[in-house]
This record gives sequence, C-alpha cells and structure tokens, in this order.
Amino acid sequence: MKPFAYRRATDARSAVATVAADPDAAFLAGGTNLVDHLKLGVACPSLLVDVSDLAADLVEHLPDGGLRIGAGTRNSDLAAHPVVRAHYPLLSEALLSGASGQLRNAATTAGNLLQRTRCGYFRDATAPCNKREPGSGCPAVAGHNRHHAILGASPDCVATHPSDLAAAMVALDATAVVLGPDGERRVPIGGLYRLPGDDPTRDTVLAHGELITAVELPAPFGGRARYRKVRDRASFAFALVSVAAAVRMHDGVVEDLRLVFGGLAHRPWRAAHAEDALRGSAPTEVALRAAADAELLDARTLSGNGFKVPLARNTLVSVLRELTDGAAEPEDDA
Amino acid sequence: MTDQLTPNAIGRDVARADGPLKVLGAAPYAYDQPLTDPLYLCTVDATVVRGRVAGVDASAALAMDGVELVLTHENAPELSTEDGELRVLQSPEVHFRGQVVAAVVATTTEVAAAAAGAVVVTYDTEPFAVTAGSDPAGLHAPEKVNAGYPTDTDDGDLDAAVAAAAFTVDEEYTTARTHNNPLEPHTTVATWTGGDLHVFEASQSVFGARRVLAGVFGLDPERVRVTCPYVGGGFGSKGSPHAGAVVTVMAARMLPGRSVKFALTRRQMFRLVGYRPRMTQRVRLAAAPDGTLTGVGVDVVQESARIKEYAEQTAVAARMMYAAPNRRTSHRLALLDIPVPTWMRAPGEAPGMFALETAIDELAARVGIDPIALRVRNEPERDPATGKPFSSRHLVDCLHEGADRFGWYDRDPRPRSRRVNGWLVGYGVAASTYPAYRMPANSAVVRYTADDRYRVEIGASDLGTGAWTALAQIAADALGVPQDSIDLAIGDTRLPRATVAGGSSGTASWGTAIVEAARAFRDKFGRTPEPDDEVFADAPENTAAKDFALHGYGAQFAEVRVHEDTGEIRVPRLYGMFDAGRVINPRTARSQLVGGMTMGLSMALHEDSVMDTALGHTANPDLGEYHIAANADVHEIRADWLGIPDERLNPMGSKGIGEIGITGTAAAIANAAHHATGVRVRELPITLDKFLR
Repeated sequence: MKPFAYRRATDARSAVATVAADPDAAFLAGGTNLVDHLKLGVACPSLLVDVSDLAADLVEHLPDGGLRIGAGTRNSDLAAHPVVRAHYPLLSEALLSGASGQLRNAATTAGNLLQRTRCGYFRDATAPCNKREPGSGCPAVAGHNRHHAILGASPDCVATHPSDLAAAMVALDATAVVLGPDGERRVPIGGLYRLPGDDPTRDTVLAHGELITAVELPAPFGGRARYRKVRDRASFAFALVSVAAAVRMHDGVVEDLRLVFGGLAHRPWRAAHAEDALRGSAPTEVALRAAADAELLDARTLSGNGFKVPLARNTLVSVLRELTDGAAEPEDDA
Repeated sequence: MTDQLTPNAIGRDVARADGPLKVLGAAPYAYDQPLTDPLYLCTVDATVVRGRVAGVDASAALAMDGVELVLTHENAPELSTEDGELRVLQSPEVHFRGQVVAAVVATTTEVAAAAAGAVVVTYDTEPFAVTAGSDPAGLHAPEKVNAGYPTDTDDGDLDAAVAAAAFTVDEEYTTARTHNNPLEPHTTVATWTGGDLHVFEASQSVFGARRVLAGVFGLDPERVRVTCPYVGGGFGSKGSPHAGAVVTVMAARMLPGRSVKFALTRRQMFRLVGYRPRMTQRVRLAAAPDGTLTGVGVDVVQESARIKEYAEQTAVAARMMYAAPNRRTSHRLALLDIPVPTWMRAPGEAPGMFALETAIDELAARVGIDPIALRVRNEPERDPATGKPFSSRHLVDCLHEGADRFGWYDRDPRPRSRRVNGWLVGYGVAASTYPAYRMPANSAVVRYTADDRYRVEIGASDLGTGAWTALAQIAADALGVPQDSIDLAIGDTRLPRATVAGGSSGTASWGTAIVEAARAFRDKFGRTPEPDDEVFADAPENTAAKDFALHGYGAQFAEVRVHEDTGEIRVPRLYGMFDAGRVINPRTARSQLVGGMTMGLSMALHEDSVMDTALGHTANPDLGEYHIAANADVHEIRADWLGIPDERLNPMGSKGIGEIGITGTAAAIANAAHHATGVRVRELPITLDKFLR
C-alpha cells in the first residue's frame, strides 16, 4: 500500500475542486470498495478526499412524486427507509441482496453505484489487466471466467458490474445528480455506465473529479416488481445473474415493463429486446421464453460461463412468471 | 481395557474456559504478545511460476526510513534442512508462483509493506506445469502415503470380481483444491537472545514447531522455546511451521535482541500454508445380485508439489469400510510447480469418503435397494484392511438411529419425486469415519499448589476446539476434585512434552497423560497433599493399537433442495449421528461435529480453488472469490452421538471428534441432490450450472 494524504471535505464544491485539480486524488465515501483496492495495490491515489461527512444522507420527496436520495445515504438506511419499502420495494430488495449487513452499514448510495467492475484478475496486482494496466492483456478471456460477461464485452475486458443497486436503479429510471468543476449535470443511471470497448479503464461516463451528490427517482412505476439474484451461495456473493423487473399488467396483457439484467455485462443490462417483445402481449410461457431468447441472441460465452445463457433465460422467465401472476401456466416437466 | 475414569466433570455441558477472554479480545494470540519495540516483516513473493531469481535490487527499499533489513537468497543464513518447503531463500530457484523470494523488516507494517513493494526482482523463467496431466514426467508413486499407510494394496482379484459381478459401479470422482483458511492467519513472532530462540507461533503443536525450527536452524531443541496459548483455528495448516515462520526466525537471527513479527495476508494463506490438493478417484464396486460387495477398488490421482511430496491417504478408508473379499487401492501423484499441499481436516477421509459413499449410493440405486440396507449388508465382522477386530464399531447403529431421527423412511426413493414451490427436494445419506488415534510421547505434571488447588501442566494446544476446557474436566475427574480446582497450563514448550492438536488425537493423547499423572499423584500423596507436592508422568503405551482396529464412525443425512429454474442448491437440513465414544464435553463436542459438517457442506457446495493455467496460480485467492459457506447457507445442522464409551482406547473411553464431522457430508449432499433431481454430480463443488437445462 502506497502512503497517501487524507482530507475531510466540508462542502461538495471544494471537494470537487480539490479532486478535479489532482489527477491522483480520489473521493472516499464508505470505503468498502476503494479501501480494498488500496490494500491490494490496485488503486494508488496520493490523496483521498473524504466526502462521507457532507450532509448528503437525506431522502426527500420531490414535487413530481419522485424521491431524491442523498449520495451519502448508507445502503442499510436506504433499504430500511419506509418510503422506499412502500413505493420502491425493488430498491430495498436489491440492496438487501448485496454484500453483508456490515458492508451495507458502511456503503453509500453513490459509492455502491460507483464500485468498480468485479474481476479477480483486476484485483490481483501481479496479473495483467487492461483495466488496471492498459495494454497488458486480459487473462480472464482464457482464464477463470465463471463470473464474467456474456453481453457487451470486448476482447480487452470481460468484467461484469457487480452492483445490485445499479440494476434496480436502471429499472427504476433513476437519474444521478452530478457535480463537476463546471457545475451540476444530470445523468440517467441507464447512461452512467460504459461498455469496455477498447478502453476498459473507465467504468462510467463521469470525468475525473465529478461527484454524484444525489440520485433522483421518478414517481413509482406501479404494477409489481422483483429483484431476483442468483449466485453461488445463499448470501454474500456477487450475482451470476440477477434480474430487476417491474411489470404493469392490464386485462391479461403486459401494459408496460422494465427488465434489467445484472451479472451479465460491464454495466447493468437493460433488456430492451425482451421488453419490446412482451409489451402489449399476453405473458404466456412461450412468449416469456421467446422474449428472453431475443435478449440473449447476441450472448457470447467464454470457456467457463456458458451456463449463464440458460441461467439468465430461466431466471428472467421465472421472475416474469411470478410477476404476471399465473397469467402463464408453468410447464409441467415432471 | 483401560481403567476408566468415573465421570463427574466429564460428560458435562461446560462453557469454554477461554470464552470470556476471547469475547473481550483479551486472549493473547501469538501475534498479540506484548513486546518492546518489535519489528515487522513483509515478504516479497515470486511473480513467476518456475525459474530463477536473476537479480534483486533492494536499493530503493533500503533507502526508506525505518527499513532495518532486506533478506534475499544472497544474504540469508544457511539452513540445515532438505525440506523443500522450508529451504527458504537458500537458492535463487523459484518453484511456484508466490514463493518467498525476499523479505523486508522495518519499524512498522506500513513501511515494511511499502519497502517490500519497492524491491525489484528480475527472473529467468522456465516452462512450468500446474495441472495434473500437463506434466510430461507423468505420475509418481509415493513410497507411502500420509500417516504412514501403504501406497497400494491388492487383496484377492478385483478385476475378476468386477467381471463376474451382477452389478458394478466404475466412475471417476473429483474433489476440488481447498484451503484451510482459519480465521486467524498464520503468524510468527521471533526473538533471538544470545543463542536462544523464543518464538510465538500460531501452531497446533508447540513441540512440533520447536522440533522443526530447531532442525531447520541446526539448534539444540532445548535452546528453542515455542509459546502459543491460543489459536484461531488451523484445520491442519498449523500442524507444522511453514515458510513464513522460517523467514521470520531467519530475519530475527540477523537482528539479535529484536523481536520480528510476521502475519500472513489472506492471499498468502492460499499459497504458503498448505491446502488440500485437487484429486480424482476412480472407484470400482462389484456386487452380487443382492448387493453384497465382492470387490472395492479406489485409484487416486492427486496433485502435489515438485519440491515436497504430500500424498493424502485418500483410498485408506475404502480398505476398511465394507466387507469385500477383493480390494485394490492405489495412490499416484502428479508432481507440479505448485505450492506445497498439506493436512486439511480429515486428510484422506474427507475426499475419500466423498467418492466411496457416492459410489455406494450409485450401487444402491443400481441394485434397487435402500442405501442404508446396502451398507448394513456389507458391514464387516473384522477390519478388512488388517484382519484385526474392531475395538468398537457402531456404524450400523448410527445408520439406523440417524435414519429414525432424520425421518429417512419418509422419502419416496425415486429421483425427482418431490417438488415444493419450484424446488426439487431430495434426501441423501452417507457414512462417516475417522481413525481413533492416540499419539505416543505425551507427559503431564500435576502439582498441588495450596487451598485445594491443583496445577496441571502439559504442552498441549487449543486450536479453538476446547482443550482448555476438556482437559480441565479430565484432570478434575482424574484427581477426584471439582473442575474449578484445576489450574491448567498449556501452549508452551516449557511445559511437559505433548503431541499435535491434529489427527483428532489431542484429547485422547493429552488426557491419557493427565490421567496417568493424576493417578500417580494420588498414589504417592494420597488425598491430603502438601503444597508443591508434584508428580510427572508419561502416558502409557497405546497397546490397543496393536490388537485392534481403532476408528470412529457416523451416519450423515442431508435434505437438499434444487431450484427447478435456476439450479440453485440449498441444504435446509443436515443431521449426523456419531459413534464417538464417550463425549467429554457435549458443548464443545457438538461445536466440533457441527463445525466439521459445516465445513463438509462448504466442501460440497462452495470451496474451489481455481488454478489459472496461464498465470500458474490460484485465480481466486481471497474470501470474496473463494467461497466458503456463509451463514445463510447453513440452516439446520444437528449432531448427536450414541455415547457408547470405547474402554479399550483410553481412560476416558473417548474417540476423536475434530475431523469425523467433515467426512461423508459431501457425499450425503451429492446423494440428496441426485435424489432431488436425478442428476449425479461426481465433481465438487456441486454448483448450480450442473443442474441447468
């Protein structure tokens, strides 16, 4: 671990100015991801600007019926918030499926969204990794890739984004409020994340020094929602596949829906093809399978993650079957 | 028969003597000992798999404030050992990725780590082999396997039995490379004063650590003291010192009078302290039409390190478990450029009983009889391996009693016959076994101090299992006094000699010495001793081992659910019934058995150290990527015991319980998963992808 300087920010503007001015500076919030990376030698900032004291842990109603969540709101607090539980249960469910109680107590909303993509080779400072050391190669392509991407990957990087919260936020059409040196801008969470392409070093579209100060949710989508996470153990594991889904039914037909996969790509994967296939249709078993297959048509598997294709399909179908409330009968495969 | 203790303190559900200290954080583990101005060591680990260190540039590290020493193969003291794991920094050769190639000692851990990062090591590399089958040298037959068992056995004619059998099984079973990963990492604190060495070492055996370190450094063991009052788990990996201990003692030798401390990182725990090697077992069973076994064959191919052979006794349990006139077993090693494996909880039996007990389940299905009935049908009269009678063997009782308590006979034996809310539900059973070892060379001192108090001394180790408590219970009954009259002293080579907390032998071995000393004390001083009256005694010879086959047994039952859509596998219930002799302390015993079963669950479902064949090291070396069972994976796990003392074994009538709990668990779970789904998984861990369609 490299020695670093530490500064406690007292206001967002000066924190942004400080970090923006120093290419080796980084924001520190809950520290559940960055501190790991410091210890592993994966991140070596010379200055940490601690933003966890900024009064950014408020959850407030917005005039349009939406909700504004302060960036510093801890995962545990957000998951337990009565308004979130009542009107955005998808969010609570996603948060509570992530990490452990101890980590959720420390982790913040923005910090969760901005955790780095997850890959064992990225975390191993002795291994090549294009994300950590551009041009050094990607050992995951031919190596241990059980957890890696089947959608939107590139030859340079096959890592997946691990945030459950992010997948739910995309499904909820949330927007990040971002403060930069030149002022504030709004970035839909659906557009926050990048695919790796030929520059996997950046996970998001944020510029160095930009700080998420809040996340805004539109008025509730209505209907029924579910966050279903499938992983290698019952808790405290990253998703192999997750599905954030919200469905509004009308007269036995899918009126509108939002479907997002986690665990399949470098970013939360909005399943737009599947949504289009089902919007306005009766959710029969055949239709659900066809929608899932449409989304996974472009899946490209690696040596160890081929199972993610049937797993993603089955999980999506399973969740949609549940949300459409028996409108489609499960096949009896006895 | 041994003269049995009259149980009074033993058999009682007594809380851990060391519990309050541990809860308060006041129990001094090896790394926690108060020292004056200690120094901290950080190693530099090889980033290549095989080759030679071409050069070490330590100038930047040496220029840093607080750096006291950089140790390399060029300035390291010469060691007097041929042990390939312990010959640290004796040559520029690199034998596995992650090997210690240099070490920095500094005034703080932070400076030591920063300086270690500033040491520049260059290498000449050579081609390497890290997976079995990739090594052109082929397979190697060890001279013997762990614990001194023969490598191969061949009784009768297995091939003829298979050819003539009504039913056969011939399948390969693979168990993953798994890591011990105790909560407390391995730590060493070493201080040289004159020619004397004092080491605080996280160890399952202070005397074993002394013997090894004295040998490595060419010292009279009397000049080496090893202290370790508390251990945060080891599972075998702290059974003997590893490279980290050697490099720390070496560094301290170059800094006389200073204490040097070293604690491994979690990532280093995946390469420097041993692990259970990956292996494949071909199991052949031959049976008559009614399921009577006519042949059992197990052929093991296991990975090991080129620099130090370790052959797990994987097929040994199959030599003894079931009556079959024709038996053939073998162990072969693929010697690779990988870290050195070692003991991990029930070496041999843990992987061996996965393969054998899964194969037995497969045979039961083929014969079409209940798997419990098949086992009962093949219960041997005498130990098939040695021809000796069993000192006691209550496997059939465990199976029957366990089946009743678990509710085994509720099940419809057909696979895929039960479905609850989208989950396929199945039951599985497997047998457990582990030898009832008692080690030679244990001694104890009993001293009357004053005011009805007795001090009992033995250099035993409590690796977290409850020795502090159980040994006091034994001493109390041996002296005929209440348990709170006993002041126990363990964990130091200044105390009487004691053997390892390993092989599930601790309580039997140390307890026998304590009982011997206590009885000698009473013989000499009667019931009314004077202060400082003292007796030293050696434990008597283990004569039962000559005449009898000594083993513990058990039966484990699992309920498994597999999700129809996702293949997710859950184990809502595990139940174990054990033949463990007399239980000294039900509370700590239950912890051991339930802990073993939990580790067996983890072996079944989660643990898998993945070798990256290009980089040549474990690709998932931390607890984020290498999964062990989390709380949510562990639902109802219960362990009970028959409670029948084995009076031939020792004065307590006890059998070891530290390891038997992990044996058979994975097979019970795999068998239950097969019952649930119809899918037979023969490669651990049992992950969801194996059920996906």
